[in-house]
Amino acid sequence: MTQRIEAAALVDREAGIIARDIFVNEEVYQQELKQVFGRAWLLVGHESQIPNPYDYFVSRMGEESVIMTRDKAGQIHVFLNTCPHRGMKVCRYDQGNARVFTCPYHAWSFSVDGNLTTKPGGLVGVPQYKAVYRDDLDKSKWGLVSVAQMTIYKGSIWASWDPDAPDFETYLGDMKFYLDAVLDHRDGRPGGSEVIGGIQKWKVPSNWKFGAENFIGDLYHITSHRSVDMVSIGPSGQGRRDAPTGDKANRKPPPPFGSIGFPNHGHGLIGTLPFYAEPDYIPSFTLTPEVEEYYREVYHRRVENLGDKARGLAPVGTIFPNCSFHGMQPRALFTWHPNGPREMEMWKWYLVDADAPAEVKNVLRHYYLRYAGPAGLTEQDDMENWNYATAASAGAEAGRYPYNYQMGLGYEEPAPDLKNAVFTGPVTEQNQRIFYGRWAEFMDADGWADLHPGDSGNFAALMARRKS
Amino acid sequence: MSAAEQPMDARIEALLLQREIEAFYYREAELLDDRRFEEWLDLLTEDIVYFMPLRRNVKYGQHSEHENTRQGLDAAWFDEGKHTLTQRVAQIATGIHWAEEPLSRVRHLVTNVQVRDVDDAKPGMRELDVRSRFLVYRNRVEEETDIFVGQRTDRLRCEDGAWKVARREILLDQSTLLAKNLTVFF
Ligand code: FES
Ligand SMILES: [Fe+2]
Repeated sequence: MTQRIEAAALVDREAGIIARDIFVNEEVYQQELKQVFGRAWLLVGHESQIPNPYDYFVSRMGEESVIMTRDKAGQIHVFLNTCPHRGMKVCRYDQGNARVFTCPYHAWSFSVDGNLTTKPGGLVGVPQYKAVYRDDLDKSKWGLVSVAQMTIYKGSIWASWDPDAPDFETYLGDMKFYLDAVLDHRDGRPGGSEVIGGIQKWKVPSNWKFGAENFIGDLYHITSHRSVDMVSIGPSGQGRRDAPTGDKANRKPPPPFGSIGFPNHGHGLIGTLPFYAEPDYIPSFTLTPEVEEYYREVYHRRVENLGDKARGLAPVGTIFPNCSFHGMQPRALFTWHPNGPREMEMWKWYLVDADAPAEVKNVLRHYYLRYAGPAGLTEQDDMENWNYATAASAGAEAGRYPYNYQMGLGYEEPAPDLKNAVFTGPVTEQNQRIFYGRWAEFMDADGWADLHPGDSGNFAALMARRKS
Repeated sequence: MSAAEQPMDARIEALLLQREIEAFYYREAELLDDRRFEEWLDLLTEDIVYFMPLRRNVKYGQHSEHENTRQGLDAAWFDEGKHTLTQRVAQIATGIHWAEEPLSRVRHLVTNVQVRDVDDAKPGMRELDVRSRFLVYRNRVEEETDIFVGQRTDRLRCEDGAWKVARREILLDQSTLLAKNLTVFF
């Protein structure tokens, strides 16, 4: 076995110091493809992209292409998009509808449906089977490779290559509460979101982790976005979004808002702690009365639907390792696909309430597009930072000087009402330390048994190190 | 009737119109390349639709229906009006829009200009459908370089004797965008 790089030596979460190498080193990168992307749960897509039998959407897991499709019975499958014969990509379309995938090279064909003798993705057609294989090929062994585990969570589709990975909800821990806040209908009903047609995909000369760590909780980079705040693209004509908990002047005390991190799991977000009664109505989207009206209506339904149940707000966060979200304004799921140590491909799925009026969807779509993506006035400036941070991580001299992740170190507080979670003021690097700490564990683990999916003990250890 | 069979007057008129429109595009490119963005905004009507769809790889026969995302409905690279375009210009002018600070060096090459339809239905408000090709070169900071190639289908409107762009549909010939951002105008 080749020697692995010891990631714990590169990530010192207790001191809040991280080596630049993790962003540029080729061996680190190859190791994380196997150790992190080969084991974790990864976002693949959304059910609303493939509503009918045999619809498919070609997605990615790590560097690799996968086909997400639905069989005759409506069951969803995720296959590795490579022919077991000689590797040709069996599907080079981005989306479509197909009962069978036929390889362009030698025309082996693979059926989406399983039957008595074949699994879904099974090899069903081999040209000249009798003549050249002499009837002597075990077709049952040579179907498309399926992911080890797949799950649908409120419409979002996730998969893992590792049969030992814990089930998705265990993997999420109480981060589930915040994924709910992203995917649930704005009126509080479970699920009920859909993807706007068309997935933005673009390449950024940045290590993928810079995106993931920014979204897990960097409220410190206000300078980056000052220009967009000045031109005010927000839905009420101010800043870049409506303040998540309303304007300070006229409201009851808002629910506690800050960085929430899950040290045992590696996830985190900026948002509110769980709260149990809907605060006063705060008008949003005031530039477009029909949308403001929609949210007003939705607010009243939400009060009714949720009663005194727990709810949370999740404006921005990351589900370890490479899925991030915007949970309010804008509202989207995205992935940071690794494309070599110094490049990533960003994919973005924009979300709306499926049953919202067309005019509301349209206004949201306009707002999302001016905010986010490569043409978004806000996100353009994010990518600039990650681009140049990646380039500078490679310097022979610069590489000797690690990065500082010490903000708020030792001042993490236990989060009330959430299991094994910490909660600190909005501006802290607590979540980044949690992310890289978990990343290093994945990098150094021999398998899921070493990763203690139920309780890795990180939360307890973090609490024991508190200074306060 | 082929062009050669048309009366001389009509042929000269078509030629003059062609030259007029080409001159309009060259002037537009000049304003953008000279970074005179506010003057460029003046070339757009107040109700402009500025649209650049996402492009997908789809099976033969499905291109007309599924290759490009739909204006007004789907995600896109751009689907906006003058207000947002004006905000883009204002953002550059803040001097702290880091994706364009320092400013890019950009050149617009516009070719294959084809006037496809002349609409004189509204008196004094001639409208044209014009298709062209573009190559936009962008270089910035030390060595960042992007080349964008594609097609524009414009609706041009003559307002007070001056041509303006009333609708611009831009087909960028990339599916996965190969540039980290789209801070240039097309
Ligand atoms: S590579 Fe697919 S059939 Fe040979
Ligand atoms: Fe940002």
